[in-house]
Amino acid sequence: MDTTSQEQTKKFEPPAATAAAAVETATQTGSKTRVSARDVNVHYGEKQALFDVSIDIPDRGVTAFIGPSGCGKSTFLRCLNRMNDTIEGCRVTGKILLDDVDIANPDLDVVELRARVGMVFQKPNPFPKSIYENVAYGPRIHGMTSSKDELDEIVYSSLRRAGLYEEVKDRLDQPGTGLSGGQQQRLCIARAIATKPEVLLMDEPCSALDPIATAIIEELIDELRENFTIVIVTHSMQQAARVSQKTAFFHLGKLIEEGPTEQIFTNPLDKKTQDYITGRIG
Amino acid sequence: MTDTTASPGTGTVSAEENRARIRKGLARRHRQEAIFRGMGVAAIAAALGFVAILFGMIIFKGAPAFWQATLTAEVYFDPEVIESDPRPVQQEGQSPADYRAELLRWERAVTLSNWNAVVADSIRKLAPDMELERKDALELVTSSVRYKLRDMFVENPDLLGQTVSVSMLGSANTDVWLKGNIDRSLADDRQQLSAATRELADRLAEEGVIRSAFAWHIFTNVDSRSAPASAGLAGAFVGSLYMMLVVIALAVPIGVASAVYLEEFAPKNRLTDLIEVNINNLAAVPSIVFGLLGAAVFINYFKLPLSAPLVGGMVLTLMTLPTIIIATRSSLRAVPPSLRQAALGLGASQTQTVFHHVLPLTFPGILTATIIGVAQALGETAPLLLIGMNAFVANVPATPMDQATALPVQIYLWQGNENRNFFEARTSAAIMVLLGLMIMLNALAIFLRTRLEKRQ
Ligand SMILES: Nc1ncnc2c1ncn2[C@@H]1O[C@H](COP(=O)(O)OP(=O)(O)O)[C@@H](O)[C@H]1O
Ligand SMILES: [Mg+2]
Repeated sequence: MDTTSQEQTKKFEPPAATAAAAVETATQTGSKTRVSARDVNVHYGEKQALFDVSIDIPDRGVTAFIGPSGCGKSTFLRCLNRMNDTIEGCRVTGKILLDDVDIANPDLDVVELRARVGMVFQKPNPFPKSIYENVAYGPRIHGMTSSKDELDEIVYSSLRRAGLYEEVKDRLDQPGTGLSGGQQQRLCIARAIATKPEVLLMDEPCSALDPIATAIIEELIDELRENFTIVIVTHSMQQAARVSQKTAFFHLGKLIEEGPTEQIFTNPLDKKTQDYITGRIG
Repeated sequence: MTDTTASPGTGTVSAEENRARIRKGLARRHRQEAIFRGMGVAAIAAALGFVAILFGMIIFKGAPAFWQATLTAEVYFDPEVIESDPRPVQQEGQSPADYRAELLRWERAVTLSNWNAVVADSIRKLAPDMELERKDALELVTSSVRYKLRDMFVENPDLLGQTVSVSMLGSANTDVWLKGNIDRSLADDRQQLSAATRELADRLAEEGVIRSAFAWHIFTNVDSRSAPASAGLAGAFVGSLYMMLVVIALAVPIGVASAVYLEEFAPKNRLTDLIEVNINNLAAVPSIVFGLLGAAVFINYFKLPLSAPLVGGMVLTLMTLPTIIIATRSSLRAVPPSLRQAALGLGASQTQTVFHHVLPLTFPGILTATIIGVAQALGETAPLLLIGMNAFVANVPATPMDQATALPVQIYLWQGNENRNFFEARTSAAIMVLLGLMIMLNALAIFLRTRLEKRQ
């Protein structure tokens, strides 16, 4: 854990000029697998929500989950940071490896896992505290900094990365709940990346936002993929096409098809995928 | 779609006919609304009316009790009546304990002097021509006047042989007579005061010697049976205060901790469902049952003292706990789940999530519930009767383990006092004090709540 986050810290500050090139290489090489799920089944009480899902999520870049409402995209996303633990009656079986550690193992410390796998939710949910406190909370509880200066540095750089710093730098002590919806969502992204996670999960992060705020967030995601492994759930196929390099299509709790985004949208192998992207189901 | 075309669903009804039907029903709908509104206003008016009548009656009856007949008399500390050695002074080589013992002996001797004679003489001087008997003169003022004079003398023995003016409280019967709370036409044998004292009181009131003064002693004195005019609420007030402190110290931590555990940590299963049902039922248990429980457990089993505010507070805690638990749980439930998800998603532990994010939001709710629970407990009487807090206590309790009574119990005791003419007003006055405290507590709850909510 220690070594990983140090590595991560180093990777956090790539020279701006080479950034684009780095992405290029990452996506072109297909890169190594970061998360690998095998035969994941999820039940809510008696009801089964996911059936034998197996998928590899590549390091860096954006993986999008698409599919009609209720097909289990959020459920699977929540398996990746064990947020399903917080749901009464939810049972997960199968194997999910994050760098060779089985994160589906019940004995795993979820606190550590969630520091490594951050999450941004559908509805912006900043804490009813100041903007600064919102971002500082994660580093603080994980004891990531030893001085106020260090903490300031993390807060400012996270806000900068989330493209929010310029807008809020004069009112860091104002409540985060006073921002606009789009700003709140970027604040939540800043809050999530302040703990320097390796994987960032986003569950329909733009569904509560207007088109302009959505465009800003999509741009932001595009920048963040240099440094994070991003998994995004979206109900908008255009969004998946715009931001992701890999796409997985879910239907009725089953993973129907996965592959490079371009291929899924232009040349899907499965009939159901084709129906979905042409608007015949969902 | 235009006028006469019949729409598919409505058969042959034209749009015009349709509008007419709606219009016809409209009058009835408006009438129904007016009737319902009228009933609502009437209900509120009735409720407010009852409250106004209740308050009006209590204030009408109780307010006069805050002013009591008081007079100032010249008191001669007659050396022939007050047989006293000089006050002892500490001798060289005398131990403090010995000195204190000697002082006590002297005070006892002073007390044995005929202070009633001193009081009666000073009253007689107010109407020298009336040739009052001592009994008649003494009846005019409250019997605690003699202790007041004694205490003055013990404090300052140089008063011997001097004359000083002393303010004296009229007796309860004098007060009743002058306020007209007793039928003046009753025969002599049914009057509380002798004919001579009645005449004296009327005359002194006319001369302005007896005035109506604000009765501060209602707030500073303890209850008294021998001198009802000087009876006050201080003892009951302190008893109630101790109980409130016990309730706050016990009910808030236990209540909040149980609510947080049940709501945030406990697994949701049969057992916790059962506990939940039981807590809700506890809130509906008649308070007297808690009194029985307290008597059986705290007093009979744990051998805690009778009549102690500590025990009273513990019994009231049992009563207040469900209120606080239920209110805390509902304010915990009102915290949006998205906030918990946000904290958990960042890697906060369950405890951190609760203490850093959830509890701060529920603080106004918990505070309000606490104050309202405490206010309820403040007004509770029945359970206290069962643990002996209706005993007559003539001291301000120094600790929560001392015998004490409580404000509502004091009201109950005064309400049952045989001297109805005097205590009827006094009871209402005590109710006013209790209601005042309640209103203050509730106002505080509202004030703090709005302030805290504004800050968030
Ligand atoms: N907390 C829950 N309790 C019970 N069933 C749930 C819960 N969350 C989701 N489900 C069920 O699991 C299935 C998948 O839901 P979800 O993962 O939210 O779908 P999606 O995000 O693709 O719209 C749905 O049938 C839904 O009803
Ligand atoms: Mg979803």
